[in-house]
Amino acid sequence: MGRTKKAAQPQAAKGAAAAAADVGPSTSYDATLPDNLEVARTRVVCGTDMNLHTTSTIAASQWGSLGVDASFDMDRFRRGFSIDIKRYEGDDMEFEMKGVSCAVANSLRRIMISETPTMAIEHVYIVNNTSVIQDEVLSHRLGLVPLKVDPRLFQYKAKEDAPSEQNTIVLKLKVECRRLPSGAMENDKVYSRDLVWLPEGSEMPDETSCRFASSQAALVSGGVRPVHDDILIAKLRPGQAIELECHCIKGVGDMHAKWSPVATTWYRLMPEVVLLQKTRGQIAEELAEQLPGLLQLSGSGDKAKVVVGDVRKHDKLLEKVRRLSGEERYAPYIQLRKIKDRFIFTIESAGAWRPHELFQYAVEVMMSKCDKVLEGLQAFPQRSF
Amino acid sequence: MAAADHEGLINQKYALLPAFLQAKGLIRQHVSSFNHFISSDLLKIIRAKGNERVTCDADPNFYLRYTNIYVGRPSLEEDYIQTELTPNQCRLRDQTYSAPISVDVEYTRGKEVVIRKGKNNSGAIVIGRMPIMLRSDRCVLTGKSEEELARVGECPLDPGGYFIVRGTEKVILIQEQLSKNRIIIDTDSHGGIVASVTSSTHERKSKTNIVTKHGRLLLKHNAFTEDVNIMIVMRAMGVESDEEVLQLVGTEGAFANLLIPTLQHCKEEGVYTRQQALDYLASKVKSTSRPGGPRGGPGGAFQRRTRSKVDEAREILANVVLCHVPVVHFDYQQKITYIAVMIRRMLYAMLDPSFIDDRDYYGNKRLELAGGLLALLFEDLFKRLNADLKRQADSSLSKANRATQFDIAKCIRTDTITFGLEHAISSGNWTIKRFRMERKGVTQVLSRLSFISAVGMMTRITSQFEKTRKVSGPRALQPSQWGMLCPADTPEGESCGLVKNLALMTHVTTDEEEGPIARLAHIMGVEPATLVNQSELREQGCALVFLNGNILGVHRRPKYFVRSFREMRRRGKLGEFVSVYLQHDTVQIASDGGRVCRPLIICDRGVPRVTEEHLQLLREGKWTFNTFLRNGLLEYLDVNEENNSLVALYESNCAPRTTHLEIEPFTIMGVVAGLIPFPHHNQSPRNTYQCAMGKQAMGNVAFNQLNRMDTLLYLLCYPQRPLLTTKTIELVGFDRLGAGQNATVAVMSYSGYDIEDAIVMNRASLDRGFGRCIVLRKYGTSLKKYANRTQDRIVLPAAAAAPNPAQRPAKFRLLDRDGIAAAGEVLTQGEVLVNKQMPTNTRDPVTNPAAMPDAFYRNAPVSWKGYSGGEKCVVDKVLLTSNDDCSCVVKVLVRHTRRPELGDKFSSRHGQKGVVGSIWSQSDMPFTERGLVPDLIMNPHGFPSRMTVGKMIELLGSKAAVCTGRFHYGTAFGEPAGLADTVDKISKELVESGFSYSGKDFLHSGITGEALEAYIFMGPVYYQKLKHMVLDKMHARARGPRVVLTRQPTEGRSRDGGLRLGEMERDCLIGYGASMLLLERLMISSDQFEVQVCTHCGLMGYYDAKQRRAVCPSTKSSEHMATLKVPYAAKLLFQELSSMNIVPKLVLAEA
Repeated sequence: MGRTKKAAQPQAAKGAAAAAADVGPSTSYDATLPDNLEVARTRVVCGTDMNLHTTSTIAASQWGSLGVDASFDMDRFRRGFSIDIKRYEGDDMEFEMKGVSCAVANSLRRIMISETPTMAIEHVYIVNNTSVIQDEVLSHRLGLVPLKVDPRLFQYKAKEDAPSEQNTIVLKLKVECRRLPSGAMENDKVYSRDLVWLPEGSEMPDETSCRFASSQAALVSGGVRPVHDDILIAKLRPGQAIELECHCIKGVGDMHAKWSPVATTWYRLMPEVVLLQKTRGQIAEELAEQLPGLLQLSGSGDKAKVVVGDVRKHDKLLEKVRRLSGEERYAPYIQLRKIKDRFIFTIESAGAWRPHELFQYAVEVMMSKCDKVLEGLQAFPQRSF
Repeated sequence: MAAADHEGLINQKYALLPAFLQAKGLIRQHVSSFNHFISSDLLKIIRAKGNERVTCDADPNFYLRYTNIYVGRPSLEEDYIQTELTPNQCRLRDQTYSAPISVDVEYTRGKEVVIRKGKNNSGAIVIGRMPIMLRSDRCVLTGKSEEELARVGECPLDPGGYFIVRGTEKVILIQEQLSKNRIIIDTDSHGGIVASVTSSTHERKSKTNIVTKHGRLLLKHNAFTEDVNIMIVMRAMGVESDEEVLQLVGTEGAFANLLIPTLQHCKEEGVYTRQQALDYLASKVKSTSRPGGPRGGPGGAFQRRTRSKVDEAREILANVVLCHVPVVHFDYQQKITYIAVMIRRMLYAMLDPSFIDDRDYYGNKRLELAGGLLALLFEDLFKRLNADLKRQADSSLSKANRATQFDIAKCIRTDTITFGLEHAISSGNWTIKRFRMERKGVTQVLSRLSFISAVGMMTRITSQFEKTRKVSGPRALQPSQWGMLCPADTPEGESCGLVKNLALMTHVTTDEEEGPIARLAHIMGVEPATLVNQSELREQGCALVFLNGNILGVHRRPKYFVRSFREMRRRGKLGEFVSVYLQHDTVQIASDGGRVCRPLIICDRGVPRVTEEHLQLLREGKWTFNTFLRNGLLEYLDVNEENNSLVALYESNCAPRTTHLEIEPFTIMGVVAGLIPFPHHNQSPRNTYQCAMGKQAMGNVAFNQLNRMDTLLYLLCYPQRPLLTTKTIELVGFDRLGAGQNATVAVMSYSGYDIEDAIVMNRASLDRGFGRCIVLRKYGTSLKKYANRTQDRIVLPAAAAAPNPAQRPAKFRLLDRDGIAAAGEVLTQGEVLVNKQMPTNTRDPVTNPAAMPDAFYRNAPVSWKGYSGGEKCVVDKVLLTSNDDCSCVVKVLVRHTRRPELGDKFSSRHGQKGVVGSIWSQSDMPFTERGLVPDLIMNPHGFPSRMTVGKMIELLGSKAAVCTGRFHYGTAFGEPAGLADTVDKISKELVESGFSYSGKDFLHSGITGEALEAYIFMGPVYYQKLKHMVLDKMHARARGPRVVLTRQPTEGRSRDGGLRLGEMERDCLIGYGASMLLLERLMISSDQFEVQVCTHCGLMGYYDAKQRRAVCPSTKSSEHMATLKVPYAAKLLFQELSSMNIVPKLVLAEA
């Protein structure tokens, strides 16, 4: 799948038109539903006390009586689906995904959080630790340091497997705090940058039983280092020292959050501010005053008229819209809705993966899961019911 | 808004509070009472009449006189080198933090008089060692900066106020008592009026009651066998005519009527003259209860010559009855007036019940602190020391020819006082022989569960009431406790309301010299009562003036007197803690110790004296709290004087009649309750629950927590300070020693594992360190030396040193060459930490105690009983040192890091505790539109019935704090003064940050990915991890050890005991008719036993294994024997009965 898939169709114009007209391009059926049902099908309506129409699980025959077939249609999906990257800064990515059900989006989210592998420190062999921080706590802190290394280069290490260059990365941390002649302290803070990669493997193989057959230097071309150099690991005073060896293995977030490749990843539904009826005059002026920018006012006095501006640029006003929609005076005019099949997806990678790679990987995992299901279904004895 | 008008002062006067705490310290009451004891009580004790001189019966010329007493600095002499003691050293080495007490003396040696005086502020002779209160004047920590404190291993935030005795930190709890030497009018069980006075002087304590019986007033006192007519008592004191009595009591007509029965009875008894009265009293004197007696106890040490009964009665009247009223040369005038006042107040109460005093009124209470209690104890020990010296002098000087001259200075033993004080503080048993006082549980081990629990313990007050009595009065919150005692902080259960805590600004007074005050009062126009005509005492507008319960005299313009007396205090001519107040028609001046008082801003006609300029000076550091006191802007009011004042809560409440203004309303709460944000929005029991739970929260204990060797220490790996703080938190230092973490909480029902207050936790949060804690447990031993010069030893056993590691026993795996486990080793069950060995023979002399063979020793190892689950335990530290007895001490600290698991207890700061019901992975947790995933999910059903609105506001405030990057405040009652953020403001901030004003968020389910129908109330809340953890409690057994005697399973987790099927469970099974289950649970699975019973005689026989048959015990035949299964306990019962000559016979029937 490509990284960017532009929407096949141009976006329909949004405006103050009746709500049902703005169904959006993603998944529209040939026959049309009545307005109220169409809203229920495609929107979450944000009421003051609760959200309406949150469910999206629909039986194919739900609107059979209205002549609408809700079954999955590949062509329709192709036409409706698109991914549009809105922001890509460093390890953060934000994109809009249209035309899928939330089950798909959520599966991808879940896979990224807990089923995508990374490398993280799992075993810490402490030679010396005279700092105030306890061995376990120090190890725990080290484990949470994200490492910049491609986990696809390594294999999972089962408990019974011997550590080897195929499944283990060895890092060393040796710091000693000293008082310099000037009176200042050297190494009084231990940072993640002090972790040194040992491509040749453990320096104390007898204790760790970790023996590499060959150097990892060729395998990991970019080297192994923490994503961030300035993660504070411990503080030392003159005379204190830390000497240890960390062995990293491959794992997934399900086992421990340290293997989760994302700081977090999530999606939200595309918000939509709808004017329920033509808004003129004083009400329009009041609304525009309450929601500056979001509602654009034209004219004044009785001729005043508002149009909804760019919703995405006024995220902070959305909660206000929702509150206003609960007030008796404004309730007939304005409403906040969320489009059910349009996701604003954010991936904040912890650094081991590029965010788009993460997403691709998640799709692959999901596909293989689907394959597994298909396999299982095929194995299911053919029987006529 | 009225508050807005005065915003200037109202916002600023809070600055007085940190100034107050800086000047006085958090637990000033303990420290100042101890300082007072050291600086003035000690000297008073050695100069007291009974103590000053030690004389000798054998040699009338002999004497020993104490001229001065000194308490030095805490120091220790080891190997003839004097070294300064530091508290942490004492904690680690199991020593007592004490300083030598030395005295200057003057005594006779032979014919000469020896005068011995010390130099450099220390006496000539050391008489013992005094345990020193931390942070008192004598403590090495006083006046040290944070850096200097760090150097001696001490935490700067530690409040002090406790003692270190044999390595353990001990607090002398504040004791609450009914005030001494005051008349209290009360009703007895029959509704009769009683006036009672508990008199207390240095020498004697006695309780005097005047009761009413059949309309007569009677004196009830221990010294008399029965209650005696008060008129007779007054006759005996010299008031012979009835008219004089009436004049003394009051000539109002109603009074005379009330006194008639008493006077009549007096006449019936035929007592008209003083002599007759004395004779009458002599017949009622308890002959056996001669105080002091021939025991020669330190109380009434002097031997009494045989005297007539009349003399004895006279003596009792003078020195025992109302002993605090002085009688000089049998001049009873003062005592007569005093009794008259008592009677008068009784008569008032008879006419108008509103004159009956309230025993629970806090003005009638006195708090006894460490200093006072130690003074009692020290005087007793000092008397014992003197008695010992006298005995030695008696025995030495009575011998005719002595080899050397008797030098009493050489006979002074330091043990009496040293051990006496040490033992009393470490055991908590306060035994004062002269008052026959025996109190238990006066001291407690300072709880170091968390910083707050330690501070909270220093403010705790216990009262003398019995816990078992079901009375509500003493337990109820008294209105007079306002501002003095914390209304929230009291335990639940049996001691509810009896154990209290001081409020933030409460000060407890110490004794103040009465002489100067009396002199001043006389100068200001108080005429001595003895110089005034009796009838003038009662004149309209006149008032009796009392000083500490004693009549000082009469003043003709009492209101003016009180006003000017107060002015004197404000000018600093009097002690700041002297209180003066009008009560009915008397003026009461109090300077005694133990009164609770608090500072208030003085107002003139409703205008506060403290102004903006003053506060400006305070802010600039030019003024301190004491400057305010000295300049008469603030003053201390005790509970009684508060009754004469009108205190405004806020400046806006000030009216022309207002006399004082509160400094800050939140100071009515104590330290522990001060942690609660928005407590004034909570239902009050919730605050009380939190006060109990805040003490169980884990966190930081002190800055020196890693240098301590406590038996049990709970620490949090990543403690945080709360996002929603209060001013108290900042003042106490909780923000530097937090005990909890800010957890993102979603209030919702999710998964159903959160019912009944359970919480669902995010596994990723736990992975990242939320709620992770360290448990440190000390295992220790000391090496004893024995009489035959042998001693315990620690060695590496030979087996553990075997060359082949495989042959070494597993349990010695940890040991180093010295026989002690090495730091950093990982422990497993049953491994030896310290391989101590004891000599088998500690009595018989041995030739070479240093080189005894291994066979001479038996093993007495310290080994480790571990936990089964969780992380591995590790040896954290090993300490080798010597204690006071110079024996070697080994302490091993074992560390266990735990992450929260199912069933661990957590609590917010609003009395909302809950256990972990389920742990869910991050992907299953719901998430907000901003990607936020809650750390824990709390069920909304926790709110409606608990009504902890404060928690909701905390959540809102914390959320706003996160958004704005500013810590928010939730100080109690703080909204008007700007010390707490209002919901209005918080909501505005939330809206500005794009959140809903209500704190509710739009969430997606983590499982289905769909939006949730409900908006979820979500945000950070400060959560505490409590010390109750599943790992310490989890217990089950299938089979295991049994008790030897009954052969039933043992009880309790520590003994791997069984789970009892108790009586009520048994009842259920009976009710259900599950007889086989009953039989199985109660017998087969417990203590089934097979017995042989003779069906003829009904006795239990035995089984003869040789002959393979059962034998009847009486006939020795095996004919009619039956085999029976009974519980072993039943068999035991039968045997025990037969051992008491009761024959239990078993009548068997065919089943």
